[in-house]
Amino acid sequence: MTTVLEVKDLKAYYGQTQALHGVSFELLEGGITTLLGANGAGKTTTLRAICNMVRTEGDVVFQGRSIRGQATESIVRLGFAHVPEGRGTFTTLTVDENLRIAAYTRSDKAAVKRDLDMVFEYFPRLRERIQQQAGTLSGGEQQMLAISRALMLGPRVMLLDEPSFGLAPLIVQEIFRIMRRINTEAKCSMLLVEQNAALALDLADHAYVLETGRVVMSGPSDVVKNDENIRKSYLGY
Amino acid sequence: MATTETAAAADAVARQAATAEPPARAAAVKPWVWAVVAVAFVLPLLKFVIPGVISDYRLFVISTMMIAAIAVLGLNLLTGFNGQISLGHGAFYAVGAYTAAVMLDKISWMPDYYFLTIPAAAVMCFVVGYLFGLPALRLEGHYLALATFALALAVPQLLKYKWLEGLTGGVQGVVLLKPSPPFGLPLSEDQWLYYYILVIMVALYFIAFNILRGRNGRAMMAIRDHQMAADTMGIDTAQYKTVTFGISAAYTGIAGALSASAIAYVAPDSFGFFLSISLLIGLVVGGVASLAGSIIGGVFTVLVQNSAQALSKFVKNDLGLPFDLSAYAVYGILLLILMYVMPLGIAGGIVMAWRRLRG
Ligand SMILES: Nc1ncnc2c1ncn2[C@@H]1O[C@H](COP(=O)(O)OP(=O)(O)O)[C@@H](O)[C@H]1O
Ligand SMILES: [Mg+2]
Repeated sequence: MTTVLEVKDLKAYYGQTQALHGVSFELLEGGITTLLGANGAGKTTTLRAICNMVRTEGDVVFQGRSIRGQATESIVRLGFAHVPEGRGTFTTLTVDENLRIAAYTRSDKAAVKRDLDMVFEYFPRLRERIQQQAGTLSGGEQQMLAISRALMLGPRVMLLDEPSFGLAPLIVQEIFRIMRRINTEAKCSMLLVEQNAALALDLADHAYVLETGRVVMSGPSDVVKNDENIRKSYLGY
Repeated sequence: MATTETAAAADAVARQAATAEPPARAAAVKPWVWAVVAVAFVLPLLKFVIPGVISDYRLFVISTMMIAAIAVLGLNLLTGFNGQISLGHGAFYAVGAYTAAVMLDKISWMPDYYFLTIPAAAVMCFVVGYLFGLPALRLEGHYLALATFALALAVPQLLKYKWLEGLTGGVQGVVLLKPSPPFGLPLSEDQWLYYYILVIMVALYFIAFNILRGRNGRAMMAIRDHQMAADTMGIDTAQYKTVTFGISAAYTGIAGALSASAIAYVAPDSFGFFLSISLLIGLVVGGVASLAGSIIGGVFTVLVQNSAQALSKFVKNDLGLPFDLSAYAVYGILLLILMYVMPLGIAGGIVMAWRRLRG
């Protein structure tokens, strides 16, 4: 398997404070890599750094080419879809408008139509609520919308920031099931940030654990999942 | 389980908050808008039917309301639809007014072609607004409010600046001529002014409507709702924000240019901080992120300023209260009552009342 995304010695800063101290990891083509870690470990910052939304050093290599320093909107056009922390719903726009915003960068109308059908097949509830104001959706529906919106960009890589956050377990299961389908059917590699390690390890093939802006442990998900020492010392369960 | 419950509760609150927002935008102009436009166009003709009611003076007051409406419309594009606050739109109004005034004053043939001051003021204010929007990109919320506040304070001072006196007339300002009706139309100056301003307002309204309903409008509103998410959608948010600043300033500048022609006079002190604040009040009272609300807001600012004065006189002379209420105090009280009764602005209040009526 080839590597689709390689992050090398990534550092990130908020003003004077350094939030990442040289993070490196890989994402395989068609794979799912998860970044685990406690609150404040730097998971969100890593995703933002990849999209050049914070000041960074180090390198981000996508399909063999460095993308560091490119503007966020060009990185999006290259094939990155970021599902931001807290879902980032455009609350006063309708569900339909939220989805259409995502197709903004694309000129192939037929493909957009196909992707819209695909999204509604994954999340039929969104079709039922198509003219509803997005801010009036439930938390789970808003997360579905956030993922759908990302899909409408026609991405190669999806960056997901805690999609399970604040949702009831049943909804989380449903969403993670769909994420698995998106990964295989839409051939979309995923970088999944989670605090819920058990959940993420079931979905991902590789895992990296962050602590205060550094990778402290990594390995194939099965290994991490089944190693009681790792679980106890890094993941706390 | 507890976290799930809190999440559910937070969800419910979020949902309620979102329902209180104005409804999503319509795809086509509502019939009642056309009706209002039609009424506005025949209004001056009613003087043949009810001459006592439709006087030149009343038409002039409506003209000033429409000018205020255009200015509020501009502010609404920026603040209501794009989420950038401005406490300083009076500055763009002033730049527009002075652009028109200087042209009319210094170029001998300009008074015959006074309509050229409109595109000139628009371009001028677009450029100034765009340039101001660039550093404003780095400012959020309170800081942007402060920066625009500073702009509102600075511009009247700049206009008094002695090196500019040759152009601006310094503290004295510039006295102009009212535009006269073209083609020998049998209209009075005030009637002509009314139509002149009405046509421009209607045009600007529909331009705004068209911008907002297309994908550019969606991008503007997406940035307002969640800028970071808009970034992740591949929207060039910096570009949108600065261009919106420019367009907004152009609208308000056109209002300023029209006011120069209507009042036939400009002076720095007419463009003080109070002007910026009353535009903001017009925006909030009329309805944030509502085009129709902008028009209502414009009407309101003029109406309430006039009636606050009248009311304050009334309180003093006719009610014989033992204390004095200044016009500003009455203005403030009117505002408080209005915000209490209609927290979503007049446009939002009307929509809610209408929905309740229909069940
Ligand atoms: N906007 C910000 N400004 C300053 N510091 C920030 C900002 N966002 C995050 N941080 C800091 O960066 C570190 C990593 O945060 P974050 O990436 O959000 O962690 P995680 O997503 O793993 O919870 C934390 O110490 C946090 O306080
Ligand atoms: Mg986070």
